[in-house]
Amino acid sequence: MRILEAIFLVFINPLFYKITLTAATPLIFASLGGVYSEITGVVNIALEGIMLLGAFTSVLFTWLTGNVWIGVFMAVISGLALAWLHAWGSIKWAGNQVVLGTALILIAQGVTGFLMEPIFGKPGQTDFVGKVEELRIPGLADIPFIGKVFGELSPFVYMAFAAVAFSWWLIYKTRLGLRMRSVGENPEAADTLGINVYGIRYFGVLMSGVWAGLAGAYLSVGEVGHFRELMSGGRGFIALAAMILGNYNPVGAMLASLLFGASSAFANQMQSSSLIHVSATVKPLFDMIPFVLTIIVVAGFVGKSHVPKADGVPYEKEA
Amino acid sequence: MYAVEMVNIVKKFPGVLANDHVTIRVKKGEIHAIVGENGAGKSTLMNQLYGLYHPDEGEIFINGEKVTIRGPKDAIKNGIGMVHQHFMLVDTLTVAENVVLGSEPVKGLNFDMKKARQDVKDLSEKYGLFVDVDAKIEDIPVGMQQRVEIIKTLYRGANIIILDEPTAVLTPQEVEELFEIMRKLKDSGKTILFISHKLHEVMEISDRITVMRLGKVTGELETSKTNPKEIARHMVGREVVLRVTKEPHEPKEVVFEIKDLVVKDNRGLTAVNGISFNVRKGEIVGIAGVAGNGQTELVEAITGLRKIESGNIYFEGKDVTGFNPKQLRELGMAHIPEDRLKHGLIKEFEAYYNVILGQHYKYPFSNGTFLYHDNIFNYTKDLMEEFDVRPRKIDHLGGNFSGGNQQKLVVGREIKTNPKFLVVAQPTRGLDVGAIEFIHKQILKMRSLDAGILLISMELEEIFSLSDRILVMYEGEIMGEVKPEETTIEEVGLMMTGHRFEEVRRG
Repeated sequence: MRILEAIFLVFINPLFYKITLTAATPLIFASLGGVYSEITGVVNIALEGIMLLGAFTSVLFTWLTGNVWIGVFMAVISGLALAWLHAWGSIKWAGNQVVLGTALILIAQGVTGFLMEPIFGKPGQTDFVGKVEELRIPGLADIPFIGKVFGELSPFVYMAFAAVAFSWWLIYKTRLGLRMRSVGENPEAADTLGINVYGIRYFGVLMSGVWAGLAGAYLSVGEVGHFRELMSGGRGFIALAAMILGNYNPVGAMLASLLFGASSAFANQMQSSSLIHVSATVKPLFDMIPFVLTIIVVAGFVGKSHVPKADGVPYEKEA
Repeated sequence: MYAVEMVNIVKKFPGVLANDHVTIRVKKGEIHAIVGENGAGKSTLMNQLYGLYHPDEGEIFINGEKVTIRGPKDAIKNGIGMVHQHFMLVDTLTVAENVVLGSEPVKGLNFDMKKARQDVKDLSEKYGLFVDVDAKIEDIPVGMQQRVEIIKTLYRGANIIILDEPTAVLTPQEVEELFEIMRKLKDSGKTILFISHKLHEVMEISDRITVMRLGKVTGELETSKTNPKEIARHMVGREVVLRVTKEPHEPKEVVFEIKDLVVKDNRGLTAVNGISFNVRKGEIVGIAGVAGNGQTELVEAITGLRKIESGNIYFEGKDVTGFNPKQLRELGMAHIPEDRLKHGLIKEFEAYYNVILGQHYKYPFSNGTFLYHDNIFNYTKDLMEEFDVRPRKIDHLGGNFSGGNQQKLVVGREIKTNPKFLVVAQPTRGLDVGAIEFIHKQILKMRSLDAGILLISMELEEIFSLSDRILVMYEGEIMGEVKPEETTIEEVGLMMTGHRFEEVRRG
């Protein structure tokens, strides 16, 4: 019964909801990146690598300039660069998108790991370089419970929700969005109507670099203020699961990200519960919760969500 | 004044001269048919007019002016629209979205859905092209999808409309509707290029005809001054028998029988509802019917590909209900499936693997573990010779043969197993007259060798010219059995729309 009591206490604790939001934020950004790329027909598993590189770049430039926002901006640039490599390989050269994505993840891991020593003088983890201040909303912060959840959050959290609204509008309400969706479903049809299939796909993949770069910046300068090797920790893949569960729709991806965020928050809060004793040996089991959820989601929902028909299929023009 | 002139067009693909100095002239406001066998270069020619391919040599004139068409955008600008054989539609978008895609109306930054819907509605009414503007493409029937394609060209202001084999996917009723639309478009001043290899359609709808063969133009004909035989001669380069003659042949004992067969379709609805019939050795039993009346499910159940709900199947008197395809093949059943690309062959496999599928585990092709490639190669060479498969390259990939030659590979493979019972589904769908003639002759040869044959076809012509007995299927039931020499196309047509034989005869 103590475990039920512990679970109950987690759910009435505002901290659980706040952690849900903060844990979901990088997933929302990265899954949006997935949506942009995959609705135009390019599978982008490199999100994990783009996030990692973004986290590193933002710390590096924050450290160099002393301004976290320059760090964030450079994270976006690094995301664009890596995404461009993915676009170039998979669109221009029609390479296998999964292999390319995997290679880019390994490159990002290698480069960030290697640069730790020469730049920061030690491997593993950097010192604190500065972080984006949390935004305290006067008034809102004073309301009981709700104030504790929403009153004081990183601006990234608000940006994430704004990005979702913007993306939904772009994809479902504009001409560009219609073209993006058509290119991911039937590029040949789009081509016969004079739509630039390659251009639209480049746009989708590059935008995925922007969003995943922001996700990475949030992990480092947005949340903790330092960089740690492999700090993306598989969240790029969870973001892909969120994108699938969200049916390749920005709003759906956001809801799925919140679900994954909640599972992280739940694991986190249960571990620190004073009612049950969590030994060090059991702790990793709790950390597994989001990943177990991922497997359940991917196994259970993949068949039911509509995958863009040309997703992962390079478009090659005939003679 | 010509709406379209393509002069001395040459287009080469690796190893193939697809268009060899082709010249075609299309008058303004006419329906101009381009006919020819598969692989004659008709689609290639039209794809150049639409800018999907670029000619290696030659010139294109639109309304007398020389143009260079670099891509579909240029074609659209010159008032050319094309309805492709495989529809170029985005399944998950609505009809209105598909029509405007690429030239979308906008309001500020937003895509103007309201205007898109209205524009499509207006066009639909103006030309009598009924469509549901808000339906998703994946939810509407093929006939409506084709109308969406035509509206797409009109929306872009096309005056010259290319229809690439538009009737291949349509039912006879839909074909009539399409012809009605084509006449309406012609009356409103549009020029139509109509690719086909169905001669009776060409005779019915076109004003003039350009015939192509092996990449060259072999004839330019006035429809009113020609006949199907002449067109066929230009197409094939020799005299063609449009309707094979059938020698009388006395059937022997029953080889195959089904009793009260019930089968469900993929959605779980009853598709075959208590059908019984038999097939004797040396006899062709034809099953006529409009597509989607349970023929596909019937064939799949007979050949062991679909679960049987109730009823029995007998092969030479033995109950074989629930046997799998391999067991049925071992007994002497063969199957020429209706979709040669999906179930007939493997596109990525070489011809020599395709022709031994289903026997690959047996001598002389294998000892059960290893393949005997020498035997396989020799067998393939013989088969390609015997069934006139072109090109005669045993390592050509299945998907790279033309439709007719793919079908010859499948027919050859099945016939060479010397079956006692052969199920033949839509054997000539999408084939040209030459290939049809060849395949019909092969089926009749099997009959004279005393194989029992079940022929399922949507082409009434085919059913009538080959069958000894005709069964008409409607909504999973048999409406009646007739002999081709004792009935008429009209009678069978009535049964196809759900009237039982007794009603039809009573009048």
